[in-house]
Amino acid sequence: MNTVKNIKTLIVKKPLKLDCGKTIKDFPIAYETYGSLNSKKDNAILVFHALTGDQFVTGINPITNKEGWWSYAVGPDKAIDTNKYFVICSNVIGGCMGSYGPSHKDLNQKIFGTNFPVITINDMVNAQYNLLDHFGINKLFSIAGGSMGGMQVLQFISNFPDKSKTVIPIATTSSHSAQNIAFNELGRQAITADSNWKEGNYTSNDTNPGKGLAVARMAAHITYLSKKGLQEKFGRNLQEREDLKFGFDADFQIESYLRYQGSVFVDRFDANSYLYITRAMDYFDLAKQFRGNLSEAFINTKAKFFIISFTSDWLYPTQENKDIVIALNSIGADVGFVEIESDKGHDSFLLDVPDFLNALKNFLDKSYEEN
Amino acid sequence: MKNEFQVIADLIEKDKKVLDVGCADGTLMKFLKENKNINIRGLEISKEKVQECIAKGLTVIEGNAEKDLKQFPDKSFDYVVLSQTLQAFLNPELVLDELLRVGKKAIVTIPNFGYWKVRFHLLFKGTMPITKTLPDEWYNTPNLHMCTIKDFFHFVKSKDIKIFKSLALNNLNSSIINESNLGVKNLFADLGIFLIEK
Repeated sequence: MNTVKNIKTLIVKKPLKLDCGKTIKDFPIAYETYGSLNSKKDNAILVFHALTGDQFVTGINPITNKEGWWSYAVGPDKAIDTNKYFVICSNVIGGCMGSYGPSHKDLNQKIFGTNFPVITINDMVNAQYNLLDHFGINKLFSIAGGSMGGMQVLQFISNFPDKSKTVIPIATTSSHSAQNIAFNELGRQAITADSNWKEGNYTSNDTNPGKGLAVARMAAHITYLSKKGLQEKFGRNLQEREDLKFGFDADFQIESYLRYQGSVFVDRFDANSYLYITRAMDYFDLAKQFRGNLSEAFINTKAKFFIISFTSDWLYPTQENKDIVIALNSIGADVGFVEIESDKGHDSFLLDVPDFLNALKNFLDKSYEEN
Repeated sequence: MKNEFQVIADLIEKDKKVLDVGCADGTLMKFLKENKNINIRGLEISKEKVQECIAKGLTVIEGNAEKDLKQFPDKSFDYVVLSQTLQAFLNPELVLDELLRVGKKAIVTIPNFGYWKVRFHLLFKGTMPITKTLPDEWYNTPNLHMCTIKDFFHFVKSKDIKIFKSLALNNLNSSIINESNLGVKNLFADLGIFLIEK
């Protein structure tokens, strides 16, 4: 898999009891940082990545040699300005970019595969919390993330209510809906139906369920875009041909695009990690952790929240983001909310959407001035 | 800043918690936050205005007063401010009830349709009045339920809403409205400002 070089790793010695009941210890968390921590240590922002993201937020990802997943938002003079803030991001546990996950070996030097414990969003943030101790940060200036990153943001502030001044959940939900679970299940079925998956033991069998993983990625990718966005970008345009070929080759540009998305994904992502991380998302139900009352999750925090949704996001629609706003308002929390106009679907938070990036920048910079 | 906002600000004591419903670009919010140490929140329907508020460092929720006030608990703010918007709601009575549920007190301002210039315009021109506080044409005005200071005065009384203070504003002058001068104020003020409680 990944070469170890270019990956910074923190070995967490302290045992971590997982939601599934198992305990892990001496496990690695792979992380990256951008900008520098000031002497007061009050300028740190912990960024949480989404399902297929990793710790390489911005600049060139040294493993894939492509731009980091949040390059539009994070960097010098950008919305999350690394001239000003110290940005930390780590690969979630269960992931495949260096943090403890199913491609790691157990004590008997056997690759975990599906013997890796099932992890949750709660486990992910509890593991990442160790980074604060590592950097000697008592309180973060902000925590931010979109999609599954937003779920981690919500869980983090619930678990550690006084550990961040500001909280920015983006295009997210406090509870995975039936539709969300359904799409994730489709992806998992595609992977496990691939005969190369070998019950998760593909590495020792020297196979790779790339076909299944690519289909999972293709299906998921559709959910990240809007109907309008797809129509405008591809319509019924044909792929390098004058007319239909009356076959099952990629006649349409959209087919070719999805196939490409699937094929590049399998080069950088581990199929078992995809199973584990989607499972963690499906299990996420913050209200349930508080007897069905989402407000209770935030009752102990004085943090300032800023919640952002996108008009064309049908995966984590505005209403689900607003439910978080409502839960916060009902306990008098400090919460701002804006729905950004964009036809780029759920992926809007990753793309060049100026209204979004401006709102993010203004919120952070103004909040930091008030520090 | 508009004189109206100065009058509203004078009605609010320091260090209070205030919700500005329809806060627009946040001018009043910013003033209250900076000059009176007010813990201020805004509710605003326009995305552009919400962005302007965020750029000023203000806490604003994008939303619609008719739908979104219900998420706030009873008496969760010391004051709820509604500036020149009540007449634009489909159901102003419901909004007024919500303001008084969410706020311990509410400050409501209304453009006065009883203002002499408005009456004069309709009487002599025979067309829908256009004034400084009512700048739109009949076909593009957001206003659905225009009322006069007198209408509003009687309306809140009939709903057993307590009026702490009612002010008539005409350009830079504000003056107290009471039962005895209601007719005169209704003629000479273009804006009514009411501090009320239920």
